[in-house]
Amino acid sequence: MNLIIKPAETFRGDYTYTNSDEAILRFPFPFPEDIYMYAVNVEPHVRGGPTSAYDAVFDIDEHYVGDMEDRAITLAEDPLRCQVLPHMNEAEWDTLELLMESLSYDYPEHFTLTKNGDEWHWVNRPLNIDQHFTFGRRETLPYGPFEYITRQVQGDFSVQDQRDGTLYMDGGMVTSQADWSLNFDVGMTFHEWHGPVPLAHEAGVFDRALQYLLRLQHGKPVRRLNWTITANPRLDTSPENYPIWGPEKAEINPANVAHRMCLRVEVQTLTRLPRSNAILFGIRGYLIRLQELARVKKWAIRMHRVIRDLHPQIAEYKGMPRYRQFIIDYLASYDDGSHLNSGTAPEQDAL
Amino acid sequence: MKLILAKIKVLSPSIRHFTLAPVSGTLPVAGAGAHVVLEIAGPGRVWKNAYSIISAPGAATYEIVVRRVEMSRGGSAWLHDHAQIGKVIEVQPPQNLFTPPRTARKHLLLSAGIGITPFLSYLHVPGLNYEWHHCGKAEDAAAFKALLPDAAHVTLHTGRNALNLAALLAAQKLDTHLSLCGPEAFMDFALATAEHAGWPAQKIHKESFGGATGGEPFTVHLRRSGHTINVGADQSLLDALEAAGLAPPCLCRGGACGECKLPVLAGVPAHHDHYLSATERAANDAIMICVSRAQTQELVLDF
Repeated sequence: MNLIIKPAETFRGDYTYTNSDEAILRFPFPFPEDIYMYAVNVEPHVRGGPTSAYDAVFDIDEHYVGDMEDRAITLAEDPLRCQVLPHMNEAEWDTLELLMESLSYDYPEHFTLTKNGDEWHWVNRPLNIDQHFTFGRRETLPYGPFEYITRQVQGDFSVQDQRDGTLYMDGGMVTSQADWSLNFDVGMTFHEWHGPVPLAHEAGVFDRALQYLLRLQHGKPVRRLNWTITANPRLDTSPENYPIWGPEKAEINPANVAHRMCLRVEVQTLTRLPRSNAILFGIRGYLIRLQELARVKKWAIRMHRVIRDLHPQIAEYKGMPRYRQFIIDYLASYDDGSHLNSGTAPEQDAL
Repeated sequence: MKLILAKIKVLSPSIRHFTLAPVSGTLPVAGAGAHVVLEIAGPGRVWKNAYSIISAPGAATYEIVVRRVEMSRGGSAWLHDHAQIGKVIEVQPPQNLFTPPRTARKHLLLSAGIGITPFLSYLHVPGLNYEWHHCGKAEDAAAFKALLPDAAHVTLHTGRNALNLAALLAAQKLDTHLSLCGPEAFMDFALATAEHAGWPAQKIHKESFGGATGGEPFTVHLRRSGHTINVGADQSLLDALEAAGLAPPCLCRGGACGECKLPVLAGVPAHHDHYLSATERAANDAIMICVSRAQTQELVLDF
């Protein structure tokens, strides 16, 4: 993989975040069809997919350093964005092992893991980290093992303990969420933390998804996509900080919607952890400004149709009513009525 | 994956300790409660036997302890009578259906016979607070003594009624969880005793192997494509269709997503999925081919 990491951009304040042409073309566009409805859209998480965003088990991209700096800012302001309950100790080490092994395998030029029994050596070149530690001994790391490694991997994470026939959200690192709170959800069951989602409960989606996840097997991770719309490329759209980012939504108008409005896609991965038998839920978020997305012809047309025909309750849940019409009006100019192929690949090699 | 039989230790005439090493590379980590399935080729069929892994997570080898079953299906008899050091065995990657309940402040472990094995793996959990009572026949006492840790909170009971289970359960505090593994009759007795003592179901855990995709073989006729395909005991309907060169729709391969639903035109499906509603199941006019099978010898599908 030929990955060039940019100097840190900002995800707050002046929002200097932009996508290079390469980053646009590798964006994990979420709509395979012209219409969107909730489904258990789960598939095996194997390397490879419609764009190179699927080439690694845990994707690192050009925004890595800026992402991690933004996470550190959020954690400094609110340490409760990372919490792990005490009985999840083995799941913490499982997470550290999985992430270190995946990153060093997929990006050997950036990350190196050397093991000598339980004496491990971790090198993270983009963040200038060189750490010797003893696997299984928390006191040999500057943070708990889960916090230590998730400060170095893009995307939010939760660890879910399996007991009593359900999953419990018993830990997480959540600094780039689509308006949900780990501090509120920690300790909840699968059905409890999904409580606010409209329509899907009635359709039995969560009952089926839970039954499937309870049977998730070691060595067979799965993934699904989720998406929302965000005003500005902001990672920390948390309920805790709504007073900061909420007013920014009101600033969206037809003149700035293309530049400031972002499609936010989550590549969600679910991996059974071997020691703890817990599940690691990765929520790898990608942000793309509408004017960047519109440079891919197929995506502009499809996005127009999906947003135009979206079920009103889903639009409401995703916080869209205020600017839905602006988005539709902007994208309508790209929609020439042509038939689009199924699938999410950009179907063009350059912009 | 292929593992090589690296060591055999005889613990008693009917109990042996086997060490399995990777042919190359390293083994997937197996946590407390995990098992592996050994695929042992016999005359005309393959036995798939599940055994708890008793070695530590991340160890270089998997260790299992196997009792030679008197009415052996074949697998344990082969391991005892024919397996030799150096033999390469096909092994399915570890899975875990018996994780220790990690919110328990104390684990009361209760096992009998070869049910000793999953709890040997629990001993690797850092800081586990446990009390273990193991019941076994007198002739196996030496074997079990060799396996059990030499500690005050571990007791080996030999002979009938050696353990006063009702008293043991009554003495536990509210934050104790009970974990059980042993022969069916032992489990039934322990469960009944715990229920009688007022233990809530959430605090009782028992080993149960499940999730197998196999079952009785059957035949499927595909009306539209005109194929007739035999589904073997060790394969799913989806596997059989794929093996015949077909590409039916599928996604999760676990009975949840709904993608592989096919209409049933004749025959009665045996539903094992989590997708169809109770009404849809009762109608028997659709099947999730990734996990479900047939109650009848033949099924006719609209595909």
